[in-house]
Amino acid sequence: MDLQTLTYIVVGLSFALYIGIAIWARAGTTKEFYIAGGGVHPIVNGMATGADWMSAASFISMAGLIAFLGYGGSVYLMGWTGGYVLLAVLLAPYLRKFGKFTVPEFIGDRYYSQTARIVAVICLIFISFTYVAGQMRGVGIVFSRFLEVEITTGLMIGMGLVFFYAVLGGMKGITYTQVAQYVVLIFAYTIPAVFISLQIAGTPLPQLGLGGYVGDVAFLSKLNQVVTDLGFAAYTTGSKSMIDVFCITLALMAGTAGLPHVIVRFFTVPKVHDARMSAGWALVFIAILYTAAPAVGAMARYNLHATVNTAVTTGGDMFAPEASIQGETRPDWMKRWEKTGLIAWDDKNGDGRIQYYNDASKDDAFLAKAEAAGWKGNELGSVAKGTFTGKVDNDIMVLANPEIAGLPNWVIALIAAGGIAAALSTAAGLLLVISSAISHDLMKGVFARNISEKTELMAGRIAAAVAVLIAGYLGYNPPGFVAQVVAFAFGLACASLFPTIVMGIFSKSMNRGGAIAGMLTGLIFTLVYIVYFKRDVLLGMDKVPDSEWFLGISPEGIGVVGMILNFAVSYLVMKLTPACPEHIKHLVEGIRYPRGAGSAQAH
Amino acid sequence: MSKPQNFDPKAYWSATLRLLFITLVIWFVVSFGAGILFRDALDSIHLGGYPLGFWFAQQGSIFVFVGLIFWYARRMDKIDRDHDVHEE
Repeated sequence: MDLQTLTYIVVGLSFALYIGIAIWARAGTTKEFYIAGGGVHPIVNGMATGADWMSAASFISMAGLIAFLGYGGSVYLMGWTGGYVLLAVLLAPYLRKFGKFTVPEFIGDRYYSQTARIVAVICLIFISFTYVAGQMRGVGIVFSRFLEVEITTGLMIGMGLVFFYAVLGGMKGITYTQVAQYVVLIFAYTIPAVFISLQIAGTPLPQLGLGGYVGDVAFLSKLNQVVTDLGFAAYTTGSKSMIDVFCITLALMAGTAGLPHVIVRFFTVPKVHDARMSAGWALVFIAILYTAAPAVGAMARYNLHATVNTAVTTGGDMFAPEASIQGETRPDWMKRWEKTGLIAWDDKNGDGRIQYYNDASKDDAFLAKAEAAGWKGNELGSVAKGTFTGKVDNDIMVLANPEIAGLPNWVIALIAAGGIAAALSTAAGLLLVISSAISHDLMKGVFARNISEKTELMAGRIAAAVAVLIAGYLGYNPPGFVAQVVAFAFGLACASLFPTIVMGIFSKSMNRGGAIAGMLTGLIFTLVYIVYFKRDVLLGMDKVPDSEWFLGISPEGIGVVGMILNFAVSYLVMKLTPACPEHIKHLVEGIRYPRGAGSAQAH
Repeated sequence: MSKPQNFDPKAYWSATLRLLFITLVIWFVVSFGAGILFRDALDSIHLGGYPLGFWFAQQGSIFVFVGLIFWYARRMDKIDRDHDVHEE
């Protein structure tokens, strides 16, 4: 059976499964729609959280990012897992005890203010929409690459599917489809990882393979040797400054803990104890992928070099003319993926062979050697907007992995299903928090307090439907900077929602004025800093040089400064405004111990 | 949310905060400490084929995080029971 047909069958079967689950798990009440009825087992919730959390970026792009960043890629590995420790000890159990439906609802009640609730909704919508647009785009890209349909068609199918189970099933439908999506995506990710680890390091566990040996040399030493010989930075050291690595990691951690679509998953378990356990289980399921990813990245990087330069494996002279492979005999996977532009070969010196090296190296001795060998610039890269760029696309490292490792076609088909599962599960989670912020917080909570449960449920469904359409539009017509912006959603969550929720639990005296001023300061400061330093991509203006970064902190890491500002401004304003009332102090007292959590309360 | 009898919220909360502090210290040490601040020093030590600092940054910290959450959850259960505020 050819690859195309097989891919259609595998992806089709996974869709049939999601639809089946959606019909079985329809939501009948607002409680089922917002928090899946509140009776989800902690392990089930952990698995759903894993799928909710691992997006198209985790699945498709992360291993490739690590492959090309080496040590620098650690910010994603630590940052996107360490947040679960913060969730478990600072947020999840207490918000579960509070026992309501949404994050803005907690902020509104705790800070006895409709304004605070609305500000929280604004933060939430900003964070979630930037994030969801990236997911829809991911769905479209996977469709177009594997099934060779137009991105628009892929997007329509993806929207239709999410529409079906998010609108019909609400949180209940989403929870159980996410469990299925987790299973699909983790198989799709680990099977090629196991094979690639077997081939290179001789062990089936990629987690161990990364520390394995090739012959009697440690794999990582070998990789360091290969990449430095070709003029790149050593794999295990990387090039980011320490303060920037520190800030990005912290921003991603606190951002993770402040993402509404992650937090709300912990409202669905029956008890406070379950919320803590569930954070642990979520991280177990996430760690299976996240500890395999660095192995996939490093090994795919090694394979890529070994494919185009035969001296990598034989240990011969890499600069010898015959070491670089002939373009004519390049492997089929390379030819196949050249159609997508993710990888491209540009024979700059016209010798019919592929030279892949770092022609921007600062090592003059290396550049002289390359020139003496007749190399006239790096010849392997990707095509963006019709022109050759000297950088192979990150995504190829996961997407083409099974083909590079020579795995059977069904594994390739599985990668397609896995990529779509990762994108859809995250998109659905995000759409749900957007719709509940509108129907529950804005309508039921503030502007239309007298609506019945039935009307609220209908409003939730309509809001979800509208959100799907907007997300689809943003995915189809991305404002050009979607990929950039997704990473910044973390900075915004880190600077706005995270500190405000933490203070709401751990300080009895934090008051309305402090919270509102803090949230706004964090949000606006972080947003302005990002827009200022990314104005070349966001607004098409001249780029501000990176040397002007505040304390050398990149826009990716600035959320940490925003968070510190949020805490500081909250404290100052609290001192200057009327104290927090007694009944709120009792409310805070009440959420600090588990007994009496019961099930989440509807009003 | 009726408050249990003989419940000393201050004692319960200080026990909770003590555990929280220990947990966050471990969280910080394995990631920001071993993986970032002291990575260069640790990289001179090897764990199998891994430089140790690099291992903490890419895998080790994640393994510790997982264990840490379950350990924290168990210790919190004990604190809850000792203060008689655990769930039925």
